[in-house]
Amino acid sequence: MIRFEGVSVTYDGAAEPVLRDVDLHLPEGELYLIVGSTGSGKSTLLKAVNGLVPRFTGGTLAGRVLVGGRSTQDHPPRELADVVGYVGQDPAAGFVSDSVEEELAYVMESLGLPESVMRTRVEETLDLLGLVGVRNQPLSTLSGGQQQRVAIGAALTAHPQVLLLDEPTSALDPGAAEEVLAALHRLVHDLGMTVLVAEHRLERVAQYADRVLWLPTDGPPVLGDPGEVLSRAPVAPPVVRLAQLAGWSRPPVSVRDARRLAGPLRERLEGHLPPVSAPVVGSPLLQARGIQVRYGGTLAVRAVDLQVGGGELVALMGRNGSGKSSLLWACQGSGARSAGTVLVEGTDPKSQRPEQRRGRIGLVPQQPADLLYLHTVGRECAQADSESEAAPGTCRAHLDTLAPGIPDEIHPRDLSEGQRLSLVLAIALTPAPRVLLLDEPTRGLDYPAKSRLARTLRSLTSDGHAVVIASHDVEFVAECATRVVVLADGDVVADGPVADVVTASPVFAPQVAKVLAPQRWLTVADVATAWESA
Amino acid sequence: MSRGLHPGAWWIWALCLAIVASRTTNPVLLLLIVAVAARVAVSCRTPGPWSRALGMFLMLGLVVLGIRVVFHILLGGVGGPTTLFTLPEVPLPAWAASVRLGGKVSAEGLTQVLYLGMQLATMLCCVGAANALADPRRLLRSVPTALYEVSVAVTVGLTLAPQLAISAMSVRRARALRGAPVRGRHALRTLLVPVLEEAFERSMHLAATMDARGYGRAGAVTAGERRITGGLMLTGLLGLCVGAYGLLDSSAPTALGFPTLLVGVGLSAVGLRLASRRLHRSRYRPARWDARAVSVALSGAAAVVVIVLVQAFGAADAELLVPVTTPLAFPAVPLVPAVAVLGALAPLVLVRGAAR
Repeated sequence: MIRFEGVSVTYDGAAEPVLRDVDLHLPEGELYLIVGSTGSGKSTLLKAVNGLVPRFTGGTLAGRVLVGGRSTQDHPPRELADVVGYVGQDPAAGFVSDSVEEELAYVMESLGLPESVMRTRVEETLDLLGLVGVRNQPLSTLSGGQQQRVAIGAALTAHPQVLLLDEPTSALDPGAAEEVLAALHRLVHDLGMTVLVAEHRLERVAQYADRVLWLPTDGPPVLGDPGEVLSRAPVAPPVVRLAQLAGWSRPPVSVRDARRLAGPLRERLEGHLPPVSAPVVGSPLLQARGIQVRYGGTLAVRAVDLQVGGGELVALMGRNGSGKSSLLWACQGSGARSAGTVLVEGTDPKSQRPEQRRGRIGLVPQQPADLLYLHTVGRECAQADSESEAAPGTCRAHLDTLAPGIPDEIHPRDLSEGQRLSLVLAIALTPAPRVLLLDEPTRGLDYPAKSRLARTLRSLTSDGHAVVIASHDVEFVAECATRVVVLADGDVVADGPVADVVTASPVFAPQVAKVLAPQRWLTVADVATAWESA
Repeated sequence: MSRGLHPGAWWIWALCLAIVASRTTNPVLLLLIVAVAARVAVSCRTPGPWSRALGMFLMLGLVVLGIRVVFHILLGGVGGPTTLFTLPEVPLPAWAASVRLGGKVSAEGLTQVLYLGMQLATMLCCVGAANALADPRRLLRSVPTALYEVSVAVTVGLTLAPQLAISAMSVRRARALRGAPVRGRHALRTLLVPVLEEAFERSMHLAATMDARGYGRAGAVTAGERRITGGLMLTGLLGLCVGAYGLLDSSAPTALGFPTLLVGVGLSAVGLRLASRRLHRSRYRPARWDARAVSVALSGAAAVVVIVLVQAFGAADAELLVPVTTPLAFPAVPLVPAVAVLGALAPLVLVRGAAR
């Protein structure tokens, strides 16, 4: 179905090709998961299938890509629209109309299909993806998961043989991600479609993959059975890491398979107790009482209390739109707050000027790039020093501990997601605030980058900082948080030590907890420590 | 989703009323047009974000009217025997002798300016009614196939402004995280660089997804065909412009109005048809020109035809269309044009109930 013949891709100005001499043959009817660390060319490989690389990204592509017998060299993406469907990272940014039905019909209009065919296919697709209930709603009012399903449906109505998805679940909460993945699973099984998925959050997707394509940073791509390939790759979901630890010969990728093999492991861990993070007794640095945030007629946050002490790392979890971001911005002082009090080290940040405020409480927003406007990393660091009245080199020193080896003269846009996050984190840390808030910090980070971030945050808390993160990432929360607060519809529905809250609900439980239940282990690292002493 | 009337029908109907308004300054007739437009808009509009457009355009019209009156009082212009009050006049140098600042304000001048302002406000009100009755984005979707890609580009472009505003807000909020707001040239840069970068990336992303979804798949068109279609379209558009000018400017000869407009429409239609034939593209649930749509459009067109005929042949009524303000008198109502305007209420009977 898809054939890569000696394909190399080099972007303009890059010293090294992103993809080098790739020879691949992907037969039809399977779900392929493309994995690799950041910058290994997952997105590039995906977009090369329908010719978006190099036509929309620049750079040069050597070799030949064939899809359904057509070469992308002679066929631009629009001439391949009937064979390949593409769903980008941000579904809302790719919509061309404002109603669900028109969005689904768009590609068929371009292909010139007769109206009767369009009507039947739109109805079919609405049923297949469970969108019948929202067919008349404006696209902007749909939830993230619904929008993602509309975007997939919009590609499906052309009846393509190949479907490409770039990080389909990265912006979604666990529940919405399940919706989207279940829909994909149906497509592969009912329609025999070939699906290529590039994704960082492997713990969500790996179990649905028939084959995994790993792109190592050095060497040719590896295609094979999910468990085997993932156990060799530097990026793997916790369940594969657990299998490696326990020495299971065929590493499972789903919780179900892992549980079948986990009996002996559970026996061996019997009598060992997972490490309990000591209750923090530090003085409360952030005290928020009765916080209410109202936008127009809707209450985003209603009467929330939040107390965070030095040394604590609190994770805010909950659906998209449950009020996590609004709560963070209200605590920081620059966001809206219609009622309630916030005290940071005894003062209300709202009453302070922005430059005083940031010396007490720092925030890393969901889109870190919004903070950056200079042309080089060096100038951003110098600017941060001067606006925080810190000694020259303070920001640079923070950056070097967070992400060593970023040259001064590089443009912030050219950094990887993880590096850019580190830069913004360094800027936020420069005025030395005691409280630090992070909104969705793990977006676009691979597993090694997430572990680095977790280590950084833990070292901040052990220095006596108070850290609050809003996150969908259950694995990351299990790895680094000490306390979890779950929000739903603007209310706190659960608040407690991480082990209690995440093991209480299957939606928020990390893979290790699901495999080893009823024992309450959260991370592979904890299991490894106990394993060694056993 | 209720598939209402063809949006084009509503736009033709409302623009016809605007054309009628452009040919008269009779305040009674103008108020009648506003009443007709508002009555139809209120009872036939479909629920949606655009349905409140009428009120917004009405406000805009009043603002325009106010501005005109204020400027007339300050700058003068049309004089008359009855002086209402006198403002202190600012002496201006000799080279600005034709401009006056302050001075006498006459009742006749004020009345005439009021009439002219009302004319403009009425036309705005008609456009508002069109917006309320048919979402302009739906209108863009029903353009001929040859213009389809332009219409998609325009529709997408319409979303740009709100997106820029959202992105500017989030950047400004993020900017506050970096300390004191910077002022002047520097502040502009700190705001503009991230906003424009984001807008550019969004556009590239959108272009890529649209291309992947077949936007711009073209059939083979030879250079000769393209030249013929282009020529027809250009001549047609020129005819349209000249015709519209002739129709809107009541001092232009009648021959310049309708005939030129018709020739322009004809040429454009042939050009579009030729171009569309080459394109392989279809439309999902297109709005149809059914009998109701045609009659709604005709009810508007009839009013224009009547008013043009009255201006050409009906001596007494033609004078009443543009009432004189010296000497001051309450304007009499021209009967035939008034009936024609009332005829534009036809959509109430034709559409009500069915469209909802």
